[in-house]
Amino acid sequence: MDRIPLLRLGPVLIVSVQGDLADATAVALRHDVGDAVSSGGISGVVMDVSGVAIVDSYLGRVLTEIAADCALLGASTIVAGIKPAVAITLVEMGLRLDGARTARSLEAAMAMLGLDVAVTAVSAESGP
Amino acid sequence: MSSVQAASEAAQTLAARREEVAHSWADLPLFASAYGGQQDEAASAATRLVEAMVDLAQSGRIDDYLAPGFTAVREVLSRVTSDRLRSGGDAQQVIDEIGQLQEPLTALFDGQPLNGHADAGLVPATLLAVTELIGSLRVAAVVALLGETDEVVARQRQELMEISTPIIRLWEGIVAVPLIGTLDSTRSQVVMESLLSGIVDEQAVVAILDITGVPMVDTLVAQHLMKTAMAVQLMGAECVISGIRPQIAQTIVHLGIDLREITTRATLSDALKYGLARTGVALGSGV
Amino acid sequence: MSVGTARAALPVRSDVDLMAVREATRAAAAEAGFSLVNQTKLVTAVSELARNAVVHGGGGEVRLDPVQQGTSRGVRLVVSDQGPGIADIAEALTDGHTTGHGLGLGLGGARRLVDDFSIDSAPGQGTTVTIAMWATPGLSTFRSRVPLRP
Repeated sequence: MDRIPLLRLGPVLIVSVQGDLADATAVALRHDVGDAVSSGGISGVVMDVSGVAIVDSYLGRVLTEIAADCALLGASTIVAGIKPAVAITLVEMGLRLDGARTARSLEAAMAMLGLDVAVTAVSAESGP
Repeated sequence: MSSVQAASEAAQTLAARREEVAHSWADLPLFASAYGGQQDEAASAATRLVEAMVDLAQSGRIDDYLAPGFTAVREVLSRVTSDRLRSGGDAQQVIDEIGQLQEPLTALFDGQPLNGHADAGLVPATLLAVTELIGSLRVAAVVALLGETDEVVARQRQELMEISTPIIRLWEGIVAVPLIGTLDSTRSQVVMESLLSGIVDEQAVVAILDITGVPMVDTLVAQHLMKTAMAVQLMGAECVISGIRPQIAQTIVHLGIDLREITTRATLSDALKYGLARTGVALGSGV
Repeated sequence: MSVGTARAALPVRSDVDLMAVREATRAAAAEAGFSLVNQTKLVTAVSELARNAVVHGGGGEVRLDPVQQGTSRGVRLVVSDQGPGIADIAEALTDGHTTGHGLGLGLGGARRLVDDFSIDSAPGQGTTVTIAMWATPGLSTFRSRVPLRP
């Protein structure tokens, strides 16, 4: 089963969600985020969904649940990088992402959490 | 003679003289203009139509354009009518030109002994069958034309909507869309899509929806505005609605619409000032 | 009226099957020339319906058909199950924004995403939902919303 990797950067937990998720993967993600945040020292969680093409009501619910879990554990949640087509679909369906702020990108989310980092994609061709 | 028999007789004659008919049809405006003087293209299109009509006539149900035999006729007609429209004809012309197909057929049956029966009573019945056939052809052509124009109209309307919904970059990180006219659900979709891709392109922090040019705001329009604002927020930008006139403000209050998470301003300029403050741009005095 | 190269009948027994349904729908929608927004809407809608079939219907099937109406290309999906059926369809179609009643958001939400929607369900007789979406820009919104016969 695929497990989504978590990246910790100081007080921020970064979750990069890619592609189409099986339900089990989403459920495991919720557990993993809960475990990571409850280990202490995390004030913000960024769910980067820029690689997600479809958000149905199930995934929407999982994201809302993760935000609620984190709030109880003292961390704020930001969902970053929702694609225009996904935003339109969510709004048309009437699906709300309660409990989470939104950001246009991972970079913007980090800035909102007080961490100014320039996030650039690194490819094999480019130099340091 | 029954109409089915008449149709069958007509079919036989048509079949026997198909080349002659196709040849005379190919010279008529419908085919000649559609294929720009390309004789062989016009001839083969005309032949295809004759064949389809022979089949149809043989089925006996020539007055029912929904009958199965008509599928082939409709398909051929669809192609011919779109080719004719493309060559610069309009719908009325096309219908008239289809009517012209009757003459060569009438000439064909006029005074011709049908399969050896020189019976005066037979010819009018068959002629009637032929007239009905052409009549049904015209109906089928109208149906084909409607489909054609439907698509053109829809495409033009979409393009017009996209052109009339410009997304303006007011400042770094601030985009605006001045809405003009009524906001129905189709328009609302176009606005949402254009605005959101404008936000991506500009990496906008603030998106302004200016409704100065929207004459009336009722519950439906308000719903469209709310949906657009929510979509903007999901993308991490802030939505400001500007151009709210006193009457609109009253309507919104009366309808009980809750705009709590959406910032509103009276004018686009006020909205821009707000946006600049949000993006951290310092304004000098007198602004 | 079907143009049948990408037709498919996909079983949906568990949530794992939903991924295949989404991918097949996305491919068909792209093939029919749908805009990205419309592809997203259609795939999301079928995901909701297929999930309902799994969760509430005891498993079922999704039939996918590319369709054509005049010059418009579209995709039609029929999601069916032999489950308990829905007693009050009107109620099921109204939204429950809270996560309480599982059927609430999925069904009503899916209906708003697509061009054509019809549902056939009764207690003890399973549920069949038919949806369709059309590619030609603007044309689908001029079409009046008539129920489809599966």
